[in-house]
Amino acid sequence: MSTVKQDKAVQREKIARRAEREIESGFYVNLGIGMPTMVANYIQPGKEVVLQSENGLLGIGPSPYESEVDPDLINAGKETVTASVSGSYCSSAESFAMIRGEHLDLAILGGMEVAANGDLANWMIPGKVIKGMGGAMDIVHGAKKIVIIMDHVSKHGTPKILKECTLPLTGKGVVDRIITDRAVIDVTDAGLVLQEVAEGFTVRDVIDSTEAPLEVSGSLKEAGY
Amino acid sequence: MKKIYTTFQEAVEEIKDHSTIMVGGFGLVGIPENLILGIVESGAKHLTVISNNCGVDDWGLGLLLENKQIDKMIGSYVGENKEFERQVLAGELEVELTPQGSLAEKIRAGGAGIPAFYTPAGVGTPIAEGKEIREFDGREYVLEEALTADVSLVRAARADRFGNLVYNKTARNFNPEIAAAGKVTIAEVEELVEPGELDGDHIHTPGIYVQGLVEGQQEKRIERLTVRQEA
Repeated sequence: MSTVKQDKAVQREKIARRAEREIESGFYVNLGIGMPTMVANYIQPGKEVVLQSENGLLGIGPSPYESEVDPDLINAGKETVTASVSGSYCSSAESFAMIRGEHLDLAILGGMEVAANGDLANWMIPGKVIKGMGGAMDIVHGAKKIVIIMDHVSKHGTPKILKECTLPLTGKGVVDRIITDRAVIDVTDAGLVLQEVAEGFTVRDVIDSTEAPLEVSGSLKEAGY
Repeated sequence: MKKIYTTFQEAVEEIKDHSTIMVGGFGLVGIPENLILGIVESGAKHLTVISNNCGVDDWGLGLLLENKQIDKMIGSYVGENKEFERQVLAGELEVELTPQGSLAEKIRAGGAGIPAFYTPAGVGTPIAEGKEIREFDGREYVLEEALTADVSLVRAARADRFGNLVYNKTARNFNPEIAAAGKVTIAEVEELVEPGELDGDHIHTPGIYVQGLVEGQQEKRIERLTVRQEA
C-alpha cells in the first residue's frame, strides 16, 4: 500500500475542498462543527449558498472583524460569526423544525465510523467522558442529503468504514456519501460504491483500507481530487 | 401588570429546593446571567436543570454546579465544563442527554399542551432505549415526552411591563420555548421600555408567557472569539 505522508492540515483542506463540490448554487446547507465548518472557506464565488446554524441563524456570514464582534451572534460551534445579507434568526425549536422537516438540501458532518448500510457513529466512545450529541442526531434525519467527511482510517491506521459500526450510533442508515482523504464512496441499497479515488491512492489502496465491501463504480474517477 | 423585580435574588424566590427549572441560552449566549447569580445567592439545592448546555467552569450554570446546587441536568451538550465531568464520574450528578432538536421540541411541546411527539432523532441509538418506537410510512420514530418546569428563566434584549419580549440575534435560541414551558417565567432583560415602544409585529415572546421581569446588565462572555484580520 502506498503511504502518502501528508500534513494533517493539507489533508483536511483537501477533504474540505472536495466536500465543497457537493454544494450547489441555491442550496441551504448545515455544516457540522470542526472540519465541516472549514468547507465554508472554500465555497466558490458565484455559488449562492445559505448556511444554516442550528442555534438559530439561517445565513451565516464570514467571521467578524474585531470591531464588529457581537457576543450575541455565534454559530453552533460557539464561534463569533456575522450574518449574511440574507440572514435571519429563529428559535431553536424552529431551527430544528427546518432541519427535521427536510428543508435543508445538504448537511456535511464529521464521523468516527460509517457502516456499509449507512449507519453513522460520531458522538460517543464508551469509557470516555460523554459530552453529548448536540444536534447531530436530529440533523442526520433532516437534510435531504447527508455527507460524512472524515479521515479514511483512524490514527492507528484501522478502517473507519466498517461492515458494522462498533461505537454507539448517531443514526441508523442515514449516510448518503462518505468523503475521505482517499475516496468518495456512496451508500446505496446494494452496499458501498466507490465513486472517486483521491490523487496519490489506487483503487487497491482504498479497498485495503476499508473493512466493508466496496463495489467499484463503472464511472469511477481516478485522481478525482 | 407583570411583577417587576428590583433584585435578582427576589426574582428567583420561587425556585426552592427540588425545583425543576429551565434556563435559556446556547453556550453562554442568551443566558440569564444575573438570575443564575441570584440562584447562587439563594442557595436553592437539589435542582433539576433543563438547559441546552451547563455553562463553563466559572460562569453561567457552571456556577450552580460549583456550588453543588444541581442534582440532575437535562441537556444536549455538556462538554465545556470540567466540574461537570468530575461530578458525573463521582456519581454526584445525574445527566440525561437529549438530542438538541428533541430537547427544543420537548420544551416547545411542554409549553404548547402536547404531552409527547414522535421524532426520527435517536432511533437505533442508545437514546431510544426503553422508549416507544412506531413506524409511519415505513420509517421508524421514537416517542419523546414533553418537558415543563416549575420556573423558567430567560433573557431578552428588550421588554415592556406587559412581558412582551424581543431577543437579539442568536441570543434567542431556546428562550422563546423555555418562556412558554415554565409554570412561572422570569425574564432578565437588558432594557425595559414603555408599553407601545415595541412594535407588536416584532414581538418574539408574547407577554402571556411571562410572569416577572427584572432589568440587568450582562457581561456577555465570549466562549470562542473568532475574527478575521482587517484588510
